[in-house]
Amino acid sequence: MRGWILGVVAATAMGGAAWAQEVKPAIVYDLGGKFDKSFNEGVYNGAEQFKKATGIEYRDFEIQNDAQREQALRRFARDGFSPIVAVGFSQASAVEKVAKEFPNAKFTIIDMVVDAPNVQSVVFKEHEGSFLVGLLAAKASKTGKVGFVGGMDIPLIRKFACGYVQGVKFANPSAEVFQNMTGTTGAAWNDPVKGAELAKAQIDRGADVIYHAAGGTGIGVLRATADAGKLGIGVDSNQNGLHPGKVLTSMLKRVDTATVATFTQAKDNKWKAGVSVLGLAEGGVGWALDDNNKALITADMKAAADKAAADIISGAIKVHDYMSDQKCPG
Amino acid sequence: MSAPIEVPRWVDLALVPALAVVAAFLVAGLVVLAIGENPLSATLILLRGALGSGEGLGFTLYYATNFIFTGLAVAVAFHAGLFNIGGEGQATLGGLGAALVCLRLDFLPAWALVPLGALSAAAFGAAWAFIPAWLQARRGSHIVITTIMFNMLASALLVYLLVNVMGKPGSMSVETRVFAPAAHVPFVHELAAQFGVPIPASPLNLSFVLALAMAALMWVVLWRTRLGYAIRTVGASPTAAAYAGISNTRVIVVAMLISGGLAGLVAVNEIMGVQERLLLEFTSGAGFIGIAVALMGRSHPFGIVLASILFGVLYQGGTELAFDMPSITRDMVVTISGLVILFAGALDGLFRRPLAAAFAGRGKGA
Repeated sequence: MRGWILGVVAATAMGGAAWAQEVKPAIVYDLGGKFDKSFNEGVYNGAEQFKKATGIEYRDFEIQNDAQREQALRRFARDGFSPIVAVGFSQASAVEKVAKEFPNAKFTIIDMVVDAPNVQSVVFKEHEGSFLVGLLAAKASKTGKVGFVGGMDIPLIRKFACGYVQGVKFANPSAEVFQNMTGTTGAAWNDPVKGAELAKAQIDRGADVIYHAAGGTGIGVLRATADAGKLGIGVDSNQNGLHPGKVLTSMLKRVDTATVATFTQAKDNKWKAGVSVLGLAEGGVGWALDDNNKALITADMKAAADKAAADIISGAIKVHDYMSDQKCPG
Repeated sequence: MSAPIEVPRWVDLALVPALAVVAAFLVAGLVVLAIGENPLSATLILLRGALGSGEGLGFTLYYATNFIFTGLAVAVAFHAGLFNIGGEGQATLGGLGAALVCLRLDFLPAWALVPLGALSAAAFGAAWAFIPAWLQARRGSHIVITTIMFNMLASALLVYLLVNVMGKPGSMSVETRVFAPAAHVPFVHELAAQFGVPIPASPLNLSFVLALAMAALMWVVLWRTRLGYAIRTVGASPTAAAYAGISNTRVIVVAMLISGGLAGLVAVNEIMGVQERLLLEFTSGAGFIGIAVALMGRSHPFGIVLASILFGVLYQGGTELAFDMPSITRDMVVTISGLVILFAGALDGLFRRPLAAAFAGRGKGA
């Protein structure tokens, strides 16, 4: 009996503690799963970082099928979780629906815009970061030929490709860019063998720097370039360390920073609905320079990239966004 | 299918499957224990999550709807001695059939559009099953191999169509536009609201009623018609059937058409009921779960409905489990379902043989 009472007291105390905590953040991952070495994992890393810094616990859920998107969002919203981070563009219709049902909960969707009074949409200017790595690729290339391997052929990835091409042409107008997409389904994100084959084909045609925007497929691209003694360029997170000295740089898309930011804003009562577009100016995208690629980036290259970054921020260089008109100049 | 072991009917239909489920849960409990959670509270969360709330029950029955369709599909083929592994592909094509009607004929009113969509789903599913059936009946190409290959073909075809022909231009997701409201199979909670009964929202829709009706219809077809008799005879002994003047070719093709049509009906639940648009991989494995459901339900429509609800409980309860016990991931839930399949399907004789021996002993003693 006493044990039972103690249990109730303990449960109440724990419940009280949970309620006293101001924010109860939650995450709903996309079908790729929490540990996809790429996009979803970036969100996870950000959340872990937030947890370490503030001690605030968060909850997350990996969906198994499409019907679970709404179910998971609704479940978290009903249990009082807020902000709820929905990862990936596929969650848009579910967020739209559930946000309407729970006007007091805060939702943050990454990589897509949902227009609702309690939804914060976080999108990135991937074309700006891709422009900078394109510029670096052109400067590092000896053959004047560089490559791009995309994952699934969707407008978002064409946006990466388009920014990259503009960067290459900016540094070397006569350079040639080979482009390949891995496929047209979700499987294209996770096919390292095909990624390596595409990279090898581009190398055979003379490419000596290859940029990938292909999630797990890109692991194969980076391996193939490293094996052939050429240079690869990583994406999303810093992949320089995968093949030290063989990866020129990585285009960083700071999903982790965005996650920390949205959690922190909610904690400090500064969370606002609306669209936040994270580009170079906001530190949302960039390129990675660390011990692994220090030797590959000459002072001249770094200066050129820094100058281009400053010019993009000031508006002196305008990088065209493929998704604004579904076209790429040049 | 397997060597006949004589046991009383109630043992065959109820006791053996029940023991298989209990054994699966015990082993799953050990796995839960191994990752440091309490198996008892995990079971409670699972059951409460699946059956304890209106929403949970709705989700359970929504999942069960898919499994009833695919389970019946596998069972009908089983009765004809065929192993149809192609439920996944046939359901995918069913989605295509439903979507074509819902997108092209959306000027029709709901009372015409919904039945037409369902018919089209069944017809496309049946057509996809026809080719392997014909190859089996005429050429002897093994139906297991061809139906597996047709699953791949179906998914490749859907990808091609959604990317190049039917997809929404400029969209990141590979899917069609949303259907007109007339194509929507009503949710149960919508209907209940019309009658002034508020029940929690869930994806459960009228397809569930269609699934139950199909189960009843299949019972009638298999045990109360000449066709059903022919199917079961061919399944039991093709040579005897041929000797009795039953055309094996015809029965194989007809059984597979029924099977494919039933699998195609998954699309009525998923595409016309829940998603209201055609998208990739909407079947999420229902075609394969159907095999386990048919095994567990002893290929009897009533058993299949029960087994489908059990798998619905596992799916929905497993989701709740992943919510409430963060250390139990979605892969763990797959493990538990896998154990049920293992005990119900592969290790069926584990309980059947001892029970048969026990009953045989008792029979002699009396």
